[in-house]
Amino acid sequence: MTDATLNSGGESPKNRSLHTLDVRTKRRNRAESRFKAYGIAAILVGIFFLVVLAVSIIRSGAPAFSRTVVDIEFTLTQAQLDEAESQLFKTKAYQTMFIAALKEKLDARGLDVAFDDAAIERLLGKIGGDLRSFYAANPDQVGQAVSFQLPASSRVDGYFKGRVSRDTLQDSRFLMKTDLDLVDALHDAGIVRTAFNSTFITGADSGVDNPGGAGLGASVVGSFFMMLVVLVLSLPIGVAASIYLEEFAPKNRFTDLIEVNISNLAAVPSIVFGILGLAVFIQFMHLPQSAPLVGGLVLTLMTLPTIIISTRASLKSVPPSIRDAALGVGASKMQAVFHHVLPLAMPGILTGTIIGLAQALGETAPLLLIGMVGFVARGYPETVMAGFTEPNSAMPAQIYTWAARADASFYEKAWGGIIILLAFLLAMNIIAIILRRRFERRW
Amino acid sequence: MTLFKLATSAAAIAAVSATAAAARDQVQVAGSSTVLPYASIVAELFGDNTDFPTPVVESGGSSAGLKRFCEGVGENTIDIANASRKIREKEINACAENGVTDIIEVRIGYDGIVFASQQSGPAFAAFEPSDIFNAIGAKVLKDGEVVDNPYNSWTEFNAELPDAEIAMFIPGTKHGTREVFEDKVLLTGCEDTGTMKAMMDGGMTEDDAEDACLDVRQDGKSVDIDGDYTETLARIDANTNGIGVFGLAFYENNTDKLKVATMGGVSPSTETIASGEYPVSRPLFFYVKKAHIGVIPGLKEYAQFFTADEIAGPQGPLAQYGLVADPELAATQAAVAEEKTMGSGM
Repeated sequence: MTDATLNSGGESPKNRSLHTLDVRTKRRNRAESRFKAYGIAAILVGIFFLVVLAVSIIRSGAPAFSRTVVDIEFTLTQAQLDEAESQLFKTKAYQTMFIAALKEKLDARGLDVAFDDAAIERLLGKIGGDLRSFYAANPDQVGQAVSFQLPASSRVDGYFKGRVSRDTLQDSRFLMKTDLDLVDALHDAGIVRTAFNSTFITGADSGVDNPGGAGLGASVVGSFFMMLVVLVLSLPIGVAASIYLEEFAPKNRFTDLIEVNISNLAAVPSIVFGILGLAVFIQFMHLPQSAPLVGGLVLTLMTLPTIIISTRASLKSVPPSIRDAALGVGASKMQAVFHHVLPLAMPGILTGTIIGLAQALGETAPLLLIGMVGFVARGYPETVMAGFTEPNSAMPAQIYTWAARADASFYEKAWGGIIILLAFLLAMNIIAIILRRRFERRW
Repeated sequence: MTLFKLATSAAAIAAVSATAAAARDQVQVAGSSTVLPYASIVAELFGDNTDFPTPVVESGGSSAGLKRFCEGVGENTIDIANASRKIREKEINACAENGVTDIIEVRIGYDGIVFASQQSGPAFAAFEPSDIFNAIGAKVLKDGEVVDNPYNSWTEFNAELPDAEIAMFIPGTKHGTREVFEDKVLLTGCEDTGTMKAMMDGGMTEDDAEDACLDVRQDGKSVDIDGDYTETLARIDANTNGIGVFGLAFYENNTDKLKVATMGGVSPSTETIASGEYPVSRPLFFYVKKAHIGVIPGLKEYAQFFTADEIAGPQGPLAQYGLVADPELAATQAAVAEEKTMGSGM
């Protein structure tokens, strides 16, 4: 039943002023403003969740970007270096020497708190590796006084970030309550302070007992190489497949079947691609394990359907008149497609590609099966080639690994990692938007 | 236009993949997520202290690791499998079928399994295996009869425990920890409470009774955790009455949030576990493929570094993190040095 018949009992339209709204118009206007209100409410709900998410990520992740360091001068003699290098556990020897030197320095300063070597050891993070790699890279610094900023232990770090407090700290071999007096005294003396944590951005993964030395840098590189493989493979294959299917292929049972299968493939859970990758790329083709190349290939399989579907949609949205005009002035079908249709479809293709890449960037499940989760991101690849073939992790896999570690400091780093992951994603999106602007043409 | 460039890049990638199967120069390890923390510590130190590249340690679980270990010999298979349990006969056979015959077993130490609750929760201070069994067993003995578990609160079967609702978070069946939990806690508890005897008197065979002892109640009072200890910790954080099963190292890293209960009157610590007083513990292992020694650079050196006194000994970084050092480490070192395989002169 329509509104017109509903109102038939009311005043006749002829006797009505256009300046006063009749009941029906009022109702229609009310419906419209109600609908607008729903829309605004929906947007507000969306914004609210976005803000909650962003605030909680930033609040939990921001501490990862700062760290507590012990800032002190240290001199290593050639004799000490030789002694340390002669041992099996060299980094421990470096650490012990550093602790002895630090204690001597503090004794000379006359701090009014009692402490011993063990207390200093509990205070410091695992610094032996840093010291050894410094002297290996700068042999001329042996015998000279060098100013070091070395990470404090995870609980001391937590004390400055509010994660550890005097009330909740339980005495353990990791840190004693009395150690906090020493920490406070050192903080007052300017030896222990909070500094920007560049290691977190540039470093590689570390052992579970060394949160101060952990960084996301190596896995950012891993993700980068993976995305490169995905982009270079899935874009041309995806676009070529969709152009053929959309513009050239005859419409028959066979192409219908392909179409249905592509749509189905887009809905396949990513872990399935991981198993496929393990079986085909590693076990059958003998590609290296844990390599970004294999990760990229697996994610390519996952991304292809997304790209094909969005490319076909944007090719479809180009008006047929453009094809007809090109064909009409004598262009071949291929010329019509490549000179006229494809450039107009480009913004849509780019959007689809970036959505596919973003999805691939955040994927962890398939990487689990091809060995990219664990203690894998150990350093930067030395050559571009090694970037593809040397074992490396990816950002989401690294975040997942950190979140599972016992030390609360790693949990904080997992949140910090999410911030970097989002920044990477944002950068990718910005590049896509800029490219899209350049390709955009109006008709 | 750009299509040409893209095509050439694709060809370049194909060329990369063709040459990718070049020699591998780092040790590749996979397996138990319980061993992973220790392996990651050693891997980092191995890279820092030697001229060999840092080994890659993947997680995934003991069974998955051993399965990949047994896939065969060659550069595209892993060199070492970490395991939180001993390799099974079935797995050794599967290995042999694929040509992996010489396996070196290395025991690195012991891991304690502890029962912990929220720091500010009810006073769960002392458990016996029988308490845990009464709390979560599917069938328990009440008034001389085997019945479906009727208990809602701990105090109903042990007056010394607090009057708090039963909520246990136990490792899921895919964890190696579950096996130890079943073996050392549920089965012991089943025997201690007399439930097993009652079941056998009721006409069950011993094997059936043992299986029945391991059944866990399905009414939500006991929750399987398939994730890692972080997930268990989150569940405990959200539930005042919750009791979780953790590894000793994980608990020691989170003493500000968790308080631990004694088991059988013994409080868990590296000392009580090493001496065997604390009942719930298990050995941790890794398995080395002997055929890869000499082929993959640093493989034997890694195994030797891992088991060195400075690393796996009672004063080393692994014990510092929470591993219970093996009192028989010297024997392990000797076995690694002479590359003694399983089944040879044992």
